[in-house]
Amino acid sequence: MSEPFRLPAGGRIDRTAPLRFTFDGASYTGYRGDTLASALLANGVRAVARSIRHGRPRGVFSAGTEEPNALVQIQAPFPEPMLSATTVELYDGLAACGLAGQGRLARHPDPARYDAVYAHADVLVVGAGPAGLAAALAAARSGARVILADERPEPGGGLHDTAVTLDGAPAAGWVSRVAGELAGLPEARLLPRTTVAGYYDQNYLIAVERRTSHLGAAAPDRAVRERAWRIRAGQVVLATGAHERPIAFAGNDLPGVMLAGAARSYVNRYAVRPGHRAVVFTTDDSAYPAALDLLACGVEVAAVVEARRQPPAGWAAQCAAAGVPVLAGHAVIATNGRGRLATADIAPLTGEEVDLARRETLEADLLAVCGGWNPAVHLFSQSGGTLRHDETTGAFLPDLARQAQQLAGAVTGHKTLAGCLADGIRAGQAAARAAGYVPAQVSLPATDKGPVTAPLALPLVPYAGDGAPWAGHYVDLQRDATAADVLRATGAGLRSVEHVKRYTTIGTAHDQGKTSGALTTAVVARALQVAPGELGTTTFRPPYTPVAFATLAGRNRGELADPVRYTPSHDWAAAHGAAFENVGQWKRARYFPVGGEDIDAAVARECRAAREGVTFMDASTLGKIEVAGPDAAEFLDRLYTNLISTLKVGAIRYGVMCRADGMVFDDGTVMRLAADRFLLTTTTGNAAAVLEWMEEWLQTEWPTLRVWLTSVTEQWATIAVVGPGSRELVGRLAPGLAVDNDSFPFMTWRDAEVAGIGARVCRISFSGELAYEINVAWWHGPALWEQVAGTGVTPYGTEAMHVLRAEKGFPVIGQDTDGTVTPHDLGMSWVVSKKKKDFIGKRSLARAEAARLDRKHLVGLLPADGQLLPEGTQLVATAPLPAPPVPMLGHVTSSYRSVAFGQAFALALVKGGRDRIGQQLFAPVGDAVVPVTVTEPVFYDKEGARRDG
Amino acid sequence: MLLIPCPWCGPRNETEFHYGGQAGIAYPDDPHALGDAEWAEYLFVRGNPEGWFTERWAHTAGCRRWFGIQRHTVTYEFRPVPIREQVTP
Repeated sequence: MSEPFRLPAGGRIDRTAPLRFTFDGASYTGYRGDTLASALLANGVRAVARSIRHGRPRGVFSAGTEEPNALVQIQAPFPEPMLSATTVELYDGLAACGLAGQGRLARHPDPARYDAVYAHADVLVVGAGPAGLAAALAAARSGARVILADERPEPGGGLHDTAVTLDGAPAAGWVSRVAGELAGLPEARLLPRTTVAGYYDQNYLIAVERRTSHLGAAAPDRAVRERAWRIRAGQVVLATGAHERPIAFAGNDLPGVMLAGAARSYVNRYAVRPGHRAVVFTTDDSAYPAALDLLACGVEVAAVVEARRQPPAGWAAQCAAAGVPVLAGHAVIATNGRGRLATADIAPLTGEEVDLARRETLEADLLAVCGGWNPAVHLFSQSGGTLRHDETTGAFLPDLARQAQQLAGAVTGHKTLAGCLADGIRAGQAAARAAGYVPAQVSLPATDKGPVTAPLALPLVPYAGDGAPWAGHYVDLQRDATAADVLRATGAGLRSVEHVKRYTTIGTAHDQGKTSGALTTAVVARALQVAPGELGTTTFRPPYTPVAFATLAGRNRGELADPVRYTPSHDWAAAHGAAFENVGQWKRARYFPVGGEDIDAAVARECRAAREGVTFMDASTLGKIEVAGPDAAEFLDRLYTNLISTLKVGAIRYGVMCRADGMVFDDGTVMRLAADRFLLTTTTGNAAAVLEWMEEWLQTEWPTLRVWLTSVTEQWATIAVVGPGSRELVGRLAPGLAVDNDSFPFMTWRDAEVAGIGARVCRISFSGELAYEINVAWWHGPALWEQVAGTGVTPYGTEAMHVLRAEKGFPVIGQDTDGTVTPHDLGMSWVVSKKKKDFIGKRSLARAEAARLDRKHLVGLLPADGQLLPEGTQLVATAPLPAPPVPMLGHVTSSYRSVAFGQAFALALVKGGRDRIGQQLFAPVGDAVVPVTVTEPVFYDKEGARRDG
Repeated sequence: MLLIPCPWCGPRNETEFHYGGQAGIAYPDDPHALGDAEWAEYLFVRGNPEGWFTERWAHTAGCRRWFGIQRHTVTYEFRPVPIREQVTP
């Protein structure tokens, strides 16, 4: 037989589907239904990985998501780092290797698809073990819309790990009957392989469904690999079960040491014999059936080492009948073996000590450990529920719930199957009732009711002289943290488990401390001589198990990562080789290279054309808001720093808005279209924020104003025609429009037909040159662009636009300002009305702070050696740099190479900048310190003579 | 993700909303009659209670209306405020 530890019959595996796989380079076989861990155990592979810090061999420790040891890297078919062998379903062709705590990301993009779905449920049941199935059935029979999510491939939970019966027959029959009934109910949905990873406010939960990863290379090409379920539930039933708790003793990390429930799971679910000869070490009744199941499948059981003085009578009798000695009041004090367990040393417990005179050595290759059970309170705790400590079981149990939820089964501390089933029915009925349905009846199958005897809370076996004190008592296997590490933390004065966690890194690994959390609290409590309940637990945070970023991203990656907004000229620009840049969500043409030009050459040519000839650009991305209503002028007077109400129909005014704190928020132009109608522009990136800001004032402070706001950004396409030749060109395109300066002066608008398209033409200039902005319906934008382009004029992009505007000292809000800059700081006192009684920000501008002489002012800079300063460069007063801290005077906000005056220049915010004009400052750039001369911010055409052509 | 009951649209996901801070901080009738300290109080000083807090939200990705509502800062429960407080600075 190729799998020496495989049982000849039984288990949930499909023996008709043999699978081949490799692990650490060796070839093995297994069956569908195996996990990688069960298949490795079937093949006798005991050491699966090495530990992260100590490099110690580690074996499979659990049979589920709590696994701290068996970390693997999937190598093929697609590289995936850091998975637990206990949760990787075996498939044909799987290639994996063990990891020492750190995986490797794939070097190429994941070709799989990921998706998300929003779902609403009356009742979401988490966990399809006995309690969850019973709850889901009770709720679904009532007619409620039910989602039942479970992380395993098939429902049933722990029923498949044990050999229990329901109504006298194997439990699997009951499971398939319940699952079958649920499948037939139209409002019920069973989601297998689905982990509820996060529980957020108002019953919002995120679950991850693994749809094709268990198929390996056989996964259909276009199928969604994982799906994120974003579920809003009326009621949540948490039937999340419990994790078995380990016990810390010297050498408790050797391969062969395994949780008793896991050993039982390998026997019953996977038909694997987890060893030849076992020692069972327990503080709880639940290890006895594990011992008997091991015995039944042919494992020799050397002894049940029972920490309690009084073993449970019923179980002890069954063991005696089977010839298994029960050593009451004993503990395992050490293990021995090279790379895997060979023997376990035991001794009687005497209070806080062990009786070393009666130390014995037992031969075993399997040590099945049970330190009791920790309810899986992770989701409950994430949902805001509080926990209480139970002294008898040493576990933290759910206490007060904060959300609309029910708890059912082992998560509440139930220890018997009958108790879990009854609790599930009750919880399902309660959830259905709370969701507005008449609860349905579910009959309780007959099964094990106990009795259960009280467990013993024994987290830590006394140190018995093996190795350095406490240094072999592993608390967190994955982080390689021992009781000695915990004692070092408490010795350093740490009292909170949260601090101990950070000091020792316990609980921070991939398994998030599922097996180490309660143990750590117990060890800290023992060291500090306090009750564990006083210490509590560390915070349970989502996700419950690791979630791939690809799953969270879903379809929102690559081209779909963010919506993309295209300008009307986009296709033309792309066809003509433009280089694009992202401006918010917009794709804007940055420059239009001709004949192999680089960016500098192209921008220089575009700038020269704008200053000397005629150019055009797409300015459609500016935010546009139409403001209509009888009180529109009054409304704008209150928002802008300058006076808007005096604007005449047909005219345009530049305006600035401040926040109430007096800092510049946005700027743009305001056109008066009619007495009660304005169209204003905002900066490209601020359009939504400005509209929201205006709505806020209108709705909350001035609801009596009769004003309506409409975003028209995507209704108007705008082409700016710029340069001394623009008048001639616009005149040619719009023969019906009088373009001379007297008929059509600066800062006015006219309706006209341009190239046969109805347009609104504005005399606005963002370059200082004579310019016309032609606005047409968005639909006609491409046609107008083609018409203008057809005249052979030069297109220019955003980079040239920036050079041109910076040469004129026009600031860009958000680039040259940062929310700490007033209009006065920008040198724009002329835009701040003195006549208006009030406007938003006026009171703040009257504060002494706003009048301080050393505020940062917008100024120009000319670097001494003509070097282009990186934007963000700091400015200092002296060179060479003094010893730190070096007083900073300001920083460069915009920096370009000018064609108009042939050198690099910059705009900067500088303390008391206007008083430093003509002075020299210094700009540290890398290792050099560049002298710069402070200038006025306007570098070109200071008189403004060029705007009228 | 919070489920926020918009008075106009009903319960909607938090991502549709924009937070507007404490409600009831009205723009002063005459800001220029206030001293700097009083003005700073209006601008910057907000409550941060443990418990019920009346605050404003804007349903930006929905009806675009601003409204006032109470939220419990510990449990994140929402409860409505009287209609006259729903439209609030």
